[in-house]
Amino acid sequence: MNITTIKSIKDIPQEENLSPGTPTCAGCGGLLSLRHCLKVLGEKIVVVNAAGCFTLLAVYPFTPFKSSWLYTAMACAPAGAQGIRDALDILIRKGRLDSKENLKVVVLTGDGVAYDIGLASTSGALYRNLDFYYICSDNEAYGNTGFQSSGATPFASKTGTTPIGRISPTGLELSKKNLFEIWRSHTPPYLATISPAHPVDLINKFKKAEQYKGPKLFINLSPCPAGWVTDPSHSAKFARLAVDTGIWALKEAIYGEVKHTVVPKSFKPVEEYLKGQGRFAHLFKPVRQEETLKRIQEMVDQYWDNVCSRESRKR
Amino acid sequence: MIKEMLTGNAAAAWGVRLAEVDYVPAYPITPQTEIIEMLARWISNGDVDTKFVTLDSEHSMITAAGAASATGVRVFTATSSQGLLYGFEMLYTVAGWRVPLVMVNVSRALSSPITLEPDHNDILAARDAGFLQIHCETCQEVLDSVLIAYRLAEDERVLLPVLINMDGFHLSFTREPVEVPDREQVVRFLPPYRPKHAFFKASQPMAQGTAVIGGSGYSYFKYQMHFASMGALDVYREVSEEFGRLFGRSYNTTEGYMIDDAEYILIMTNSFSTLGKAAVKRAREKGVKAGLLRLRLLRPFPELGIKEAIRKAKAVAIVDQNISVGKGGILYSEISSVMYNEKERPLLLSFIGGLGGKTISSEEFEFIFDRMIEAVDTGVGKVPYLLYTEMEWKEMEKLKNVAGKGNKNYSNCRGETHNITEHGKE
Ligand code: SF4
Repeated sequence: MNITTIKSIKDIPQEENLSPGTPTCAGCGGLLSLRHCLKVLGEKIVVVNAAGCFTLLAVYPFTPFKSSWLYTAMACAPAGAQGIRDALDILIRKGRLDSKENLKVVVLTGDGVAYDIGLASTSGALYRNLDFYYICSDNEAYGNTGFQSSGATPFASKTGTTPIGRISPTGLELSKKNLFEIWRSHTPPYLATISPAHPVDLINKFKKAEQYKGPKLFINLSPCPAGWVTDPSHSAKFARLAVDTGIWALKEAIYGEVKHTVVPKSFKPVEEYLKGQGRFAHLFKPVRQEETLKRIQEMVDQYWDNVCSRESRKR
Repeated sequence: MIKEMLTGNAAAAWGVRLAEVDYVPAYPITPQTEIIEMLARWISNGDVDTKFVTLDSEHSMITAAGAASATGVRVFTATSSQGLLYGFEMLYTVAGWRVPLVMVNVSRALSSPITLEPDHNDILAARDAGFLQIHCETCQEVLDSVLIAYRLAEDERVLLPVLINMDGFHLSFTREPVEVPDREQVVRFLPPYRPKHAFFKASQPMAQGTAVIGGSGYSYFKYQMHFASMGALDVYREVSEEFGRLFGRSYNTTEGYMIDDAEYILIMTNSFSTLGKAAVKRAREKGVKAGLLRLRLLRPFPELGIKEAIRKAKAVAIVDQNISVGKGGILYSEISSVMYNEKERPLLLSFIGGLGGKTISSEEFEFIFDRMIEAVDTGVGKVPYLLYTEMEWKEMEKLKNVAGKGNKNYSNCRGETHNITEHGKE
């Protein structure tokens, strides 16, 4: 199939399927990406939501969507998507619904859901090869409840449940779960990471995903001014730095085969990303935590060393 | 119409088959599996045009069922016990979506200790969720209730999901002769599902389950559910009458057995009511004016029916096959609240028995009637009585000894326990 990809920001579709004036925080990186996602997904969709920041997008009697919306509960949005997808298929097959009325089913969640409480129901949907889109807005913590650590919280991040103290000066001692690899082990047709700082890459990925029937998954690294303790006007900057430092690898996996879509020519030191963020401030003040900073840099280097040797071997 | 020997589970499956259900999401749990396996067989043979999908948990199963229902297809699913509890969050959610899902719960007691046999703590825990609840005594009633439930749930005055309850093992695996109506006959009662209310389609964007902030919206929607549920009592009567006209059987919201002139009434639900009815008969033979009231609808609660039925009695024994730990019998509380403001009202006694499938023996029923008669003499009844026979007590002591936890000196427990040993046999 011939996919029309776009080349530059100028080519981003003009239409908006998300109205302005939502109750998300100013500078929400999740919302920045969602706006772009919906440009490709279009109007004929039903959004199935699990509890999270985006739940407050639809507050009775308003929604910012042109399309339909179903709030389910935290653990089970993919199961809600299953019910809707199956019902639409049944209705169309039995001639009770015109196929023009068909909808794409889109699950919208945060990382708390995707990495933790909703992982089983997502795995179930992947196993059943459910034809749906899944967008995880990953701000690396439970954002809507304040900012508590989730399975997506990176090593050394300060959160409401991993506070900095005499006994624990580092913040979270665990490392972020590798959701990409967890999902990839189910070999869905399409799986990608996206960033609000790379809308062209994002849009092309959604366009590419369109051609596949089955699960199409997206993890968006969502700068969160409220939890990251950053200036709302800096969200795009931090999103970009995450990619430029190599902390957030932009990639896709088609039936399990991984390809990196944006590889910085030269990587910036991770410090540049970590600095300026309140959640990592303890790594620099009152004393620089050299060991911790070194470890974070090593984790990133190790990842890319693996990628380079793997992907260059292929070439 | 054919007559077949069907288990309660098979009767439920037949109800679903006759209702021409479009979609069955499933997750296995004993003792409901037979329902789902039968449906799966029919689907795989092409006997019914239904889509079957296995989910990753009851939580997901109820979600998928509700979401499909919200999209406009006729949906069925079934669960039991821990499964119902695992899906509990979604009971409230799905009821709030106002979708006509029908679900069978095959009652089984709750962990822990884990067991397979029935009592009603599972289904009664769900009583506030917004599902209507129909409780069945016989296999025939299970089949008929499935058909009635869809009529009720899909009625635009109701639009609430329905739970149909039957006892695990005691009904789910008991074979009884069941009249299986023809599909042509059923269609006259339950036409194919063509919903008029909102559902998901491209030309009609709809937001369902949105957030409401501030409480007034929330209160409004909850009251709407409450009014719809209360209104379902009238709709139920209509539907049940029509069912009676077409099939020659009808089911009231409550069922009275030898109750018209009864002075001593048992209140029960589900399959153990059959034991209660036999006890009533025996009591009558001894000259006690006994009767039984079986509650068939538990949500909405058939207040009027209950008041009318028991108002004139001298004493009423509510036999709860459940235990609200720290309070007592759930139905006792519910019925007391209905009767409290009545000028004319009987003494109400509370009995808890039949937990985890423990039978209620004829001696225990005698014990119950004796306590009612005694209460009328003294004007007071002890609350609650826990039904436990001397033999069961001894048996348990034996098991405890084997487990190394024997307590030869169990006077403390005995002092606390109103068991039949002390109160019935002295
Ligand atoms: S808390 Fe963070 S993720 Fe949530 S809406 Fe605000 S900025 Fe966005």
